[in-house]
Order: sequence, then C-alpha cells, then structure tokens
Amino acid sequence: MKRLEMKIFPYLMLLPMMIIFTMFLFWPALNGFWISLHNWDGLNEMTFVGIDNYTRLINDRNFVRAFQGTMLFTAITVPSIYVVSLALALMLTRKIRLSGLFRAIFYWPTMISSIIVGLSWRFLLGESFGLVNYVLVTFLGMEPVRWMTNTNMAMFTVIFVTTWSLAGYYMVMLIAGIKSISETYYEAAEIDGASFWQQFFHITLPLLRPMSLLVLVLSTVTVVRSFPLILALTGGGPAGHTRFMVQQIHETGFSRLQMGSASAMAVVLFVVLAILTAVQFRLNRGGGQDAT
Amino acid sequence: MQLSQQKDIDVKAIILRTILYISLSVLAIGFLFPIFWVMVSSFKPAGELFTWPPTFWPQNPTLDNYTGALARGNFGWYFRNTTFSTVVATALTVIINVMSGYVFAKYKFRFQNILFAMVLATLMVPLEVIMIPIFRVIVATGLFNSLWGIIIPAVASPTSVFLVRQYYKSIPDEFMEAARIDGASEFGIFLRVMLPIAKPVIAVLCIISFMWRWNDFLWPMLVIQSRNLFTIQLALASYSGEFNVDWNSLLAMSSISMIPVIVVFIILQKHIIGGVISGGVKG
Repeated sequence: MKRLEMKIFPYLMLLPMMIIFTMFLFWPALNGFWISLHNWDGLNEMTFVGIDNYTRLINDRNFVRAFQGTMLFTAITVPSIYVVSLALALMLTRKIRLSGLFRAIFYWPTMISSIIVGLSWRFLLGESFGLVNYVLVTFLGMEPVRWMTNTNMAMFTVIFVTTWSLAGYYMVMLIAGIKSISETYYEAAEIDGASFWQQFFHITLPLLRPMSLLVLVLSTVTVVRSFPLILALTGGGPAGHTRFMVQQIHETGFSRLQMGSASAMAVVLFVVLAILTAVQFRLNRGGGQDAT
Repeated sequence: MQLSQQKDIDVKAIILRTILYISLSVLAIGFLFPIFWVMVSSFKPAGELFTWPPTFWPQNPTLDNYTGALARGNFGWYFRNTTFSTVVATALTVIINVMSGYVFAKYKFRFQNILFAMVLATLMVPLEVIMIPIFRVIVATGLFNSLWGIIIPAVASPTSVFLVRQYYKSIPDEFMEAARIDGASEFGIFLRVMLPIAKPVIAVLCIISFMWRWNDFLWPMLVIQSRNLFTIQLALASYSGEFNVDWNSLLAMSSISMIPVIVVFIILQKHIIGGVISGGVKG
C-alpha cells in the first residue's frame, strides 16, 4: 500500500504543472512550426505550402527591416546595459555609505511595468511639451530634439530607455558576482601597488566572467524580445524604424491575419535566440581559457 | 616626507570619494526623476500640463485627472480585473510550483531527470515565440476573452520550480521520515510538515508572481478583447494612441497603478533584490 503510494504520489504532484506545460507550451511550440508550413488566416482551413512562408520572408521588406532593426537594437543595447550595470555595480561595491539605498534606487525602474516606463519617457521627451527639450532649449540654447520622429534619434531613444529600465536588474547580479571574489586577490594587488584599473582588468573582470556571461545571455534574450516598452514609447515609429520582430510577428498574425507567415517569423526569432545563446556560451569558454 | 605622502593619498582618496558620491547622486536622480515627474504632473490641471515653460510644482494642484480617469475610463473595472487576475494567479502559481519543486527535490521516481529537463527546456520557448499557436489553444479551450485565460496558461514557471527544488534540497529528510513512522500519508506529510517549512521560498514566489502579473502586458493583450475585461496595462496602452494621447488620464492611471508596486517594493526591498540574486544565478 505504502509502496504504491510512494510510486504514484510524485506523478500526481507533477500532474497540474505538466498538463499546463503540455497544453500551453509544448503543444503550441510544435503546432507553431506546423502552422508555419501553411497558409492560414486564423479562421478557415489551412492550406499546406511547405517552406513557402520562409522563402517569402527573405523578400518581405517589412520583415527584413524588422529583423535588421532588432539586430542593430540588440547589438547596441546589450553592451550598453552591461557597461552601465557593471559601472553601477563597481561603484556600489566600494566601501561607501548608503549603498543599500542607492542599490534600491537603481533597481527601482525594473519594478515598473514596461508600458509605464515607455509612457513616462514619452512624456519627458515630448517634442513640443517635454521637460527635457525645455531644458535643452532654454538652458543650452539647442534646437528642440526630435526624440521620437527623427529615425536615428528614435533608435537612440529606444536604446536609452531600454537600458534605463533594465540596468538595475543586472547590476544586482553583478554586485553579487563582484562580492563573491575573494578579498585576498585585491589585498595582494594592493601590496604590489596595482592601480584601480589594473585591479579591474586583471582581477575583477576575469573572475567575474561566469556572471558576465549569465548577464549577457539573459539580457540578450530579454532585449531581442522587446515589445511593450517600445509600443508605449514610439509605437514602432517613425515609419516602422523601431518596429522590431515581436511587434512584426504580432501585426502579421493578428492585424493582417497571416498566421502562417507570422509563425515562420516566430520560428526565425526562436532560432535567433538559440544561436545568440549558444554563441555567447562558446565565446565565453574560449575566453575562459585565456584568463587562466 | 612620509607624512606628506600619506597626506597626498588622503587628499586623493577624499577627492575620489567626493566624485563617487556626486556621480551616484546624479545617477540616482536620473533613475528616480521620470517616475517622480509623472506623479507630480498627474496633479496638474489640463491647462497646466503643457504650458511653456513647464511648471515644476503644480501651481493649482487638483485631483481632476484622477476623478476624470475614474469616471470616463472605467478605471475601477481595470483595477478590479488586474487585482483579481494577479491575486488568483499568484495563489495558483505558488501551489503548482511548490508541489512540483517539492517532489523533484524529495522523491526518486522514473523519468525524474527527463521531466526536470523538460521543465528547464520551457525556458527556451518564450511566449513571444508561440504567440500565434497559443492563441489557437486559448480559443479552443474557451479561455479567449476571459480573465482565466490570462491566469491559467502562465501559472507553471520553470524558475519557480527550480527555486523551490533548491530550497527543499537544503532541508533534511528526517522531518519526513519522522512523520512517515507516525503513519502520515505522503500528501499529509507535504501539507502538514513540509509546506509550513517552505514559508521563505513561498514569500519569494509570491513577490515575483505578484510583480510580474501586475505589470504583465503580453498575455492580457493576446487573451482579452472586451474593454470591460481590460487590465490596467492594457488600458494604459490603449489610451496611448500614436498621435493623440490623453495625458491627463494616463498620468493619473499610471500613478495609481504604481502604488501597490511601490508599497510592496519599499516594504520588501531586501527580499526582492535577494530573490533576483538567487533566481537569476541559479534559475
């Protein structure tokens, strides 16, 4: 009796989770691939078209632009998040007062919804009424900056706000990483008269490598999927210059009702995420050997 | 000679320290100000919102934006929908993930490793990748345009399962053995002995789930269609049409919707940041 109970009990406990994962994750993931091989408007019969949806993506100007935009956005945003969060972490791991308060303040933006972050900055950066342009025009004598209607500025704005909203999260992880480095390395370096930067490049950075990798992987996977913040900030504009892949998938599927084509884009997004993650792990392994 | 050298170092250290504090303070303002500005501006009457030069502090503070948002925008409904889905989803999330994490930590059974690998594999497939097929499942299961459609599909979370599993691994098996000798059933052991022990990790799950649900946009966007089922985030996004933004209502609604988050953050700040470290590093 007891033995039977011991055998069945674990499966019963796992059942609710497994049902949910199967229905709302594993099955849709397989089904998504299947849909990507069809033409489907979401209502009527699906018609099988093989890999047509994929070959058509190459000539889909909107998709290509969204893809390139996403890559550019990610290529700039991820390093800037890393640099900012590392700088914050380095400052807060010095022996200073109020470091707990500062840490909470820098972490705070990650607690706010992406929609509100986007709206808040849109309000601050308003081109004719925003406080930032007022300060620039009145005190620095500049022309009003077209934060959201100039194509290059819009990209900059989106990158800046994304960095602002995420840096605190990775800062916390990097602080934990820096704190786990043994003090003795720094004491020895101190005795040898190593400067702050020497200590940073020869002790902190190499020993922080595992945590840095984790931060880079997690932030890449997050940044590639950016959508709500940008929707609230620029809406993808001007003229689609900040419309990235998730928004493109959503619009293709739900506004233009091309579910097959949207699913093919989603498969591409999945492959991109997988490749980026794999590359970062590989790069780090190579780098790790250099350091030792 | 040595004394003056010592003094040089002191002066240098003081200067560096001052620069450090100044940069930290400037950054702190940069991180706090945008939200502060939204909150201050939400008390300005419509005419004052876009005056040039902008007024820093409201000249004629008013609650019009708040009463306006409540009256016109059905804000009470949005608040109620968000609260309902957040609370119910958080409760279900805790139950389901604690159950799973517990058996992964404390039992040996066939396919255990495969099942656990499957749980971790779900991290590879974010919602953004399966938006289209998930919509199909939502419709097929009758969850479309229902608050349950936001709640149920996302209650199982690999990170939570992992956190719970790690927590239970650190708890000795003796508690269970003692109860088993007393003749307790396996479920009784879980409910009466092991569940109460897990309070700290349950608290972490509650915070993570609450924050995520309160702020989530993507799930509600996919599932909800009727305005009277909108969550706050959906309503905020829908009010911000590309060219004509109703800033008065938006600022007021944003400010109200941030209150629960601010309260939770101020009270539980240490635990939240601690949760990031354990969740991020291990999950």
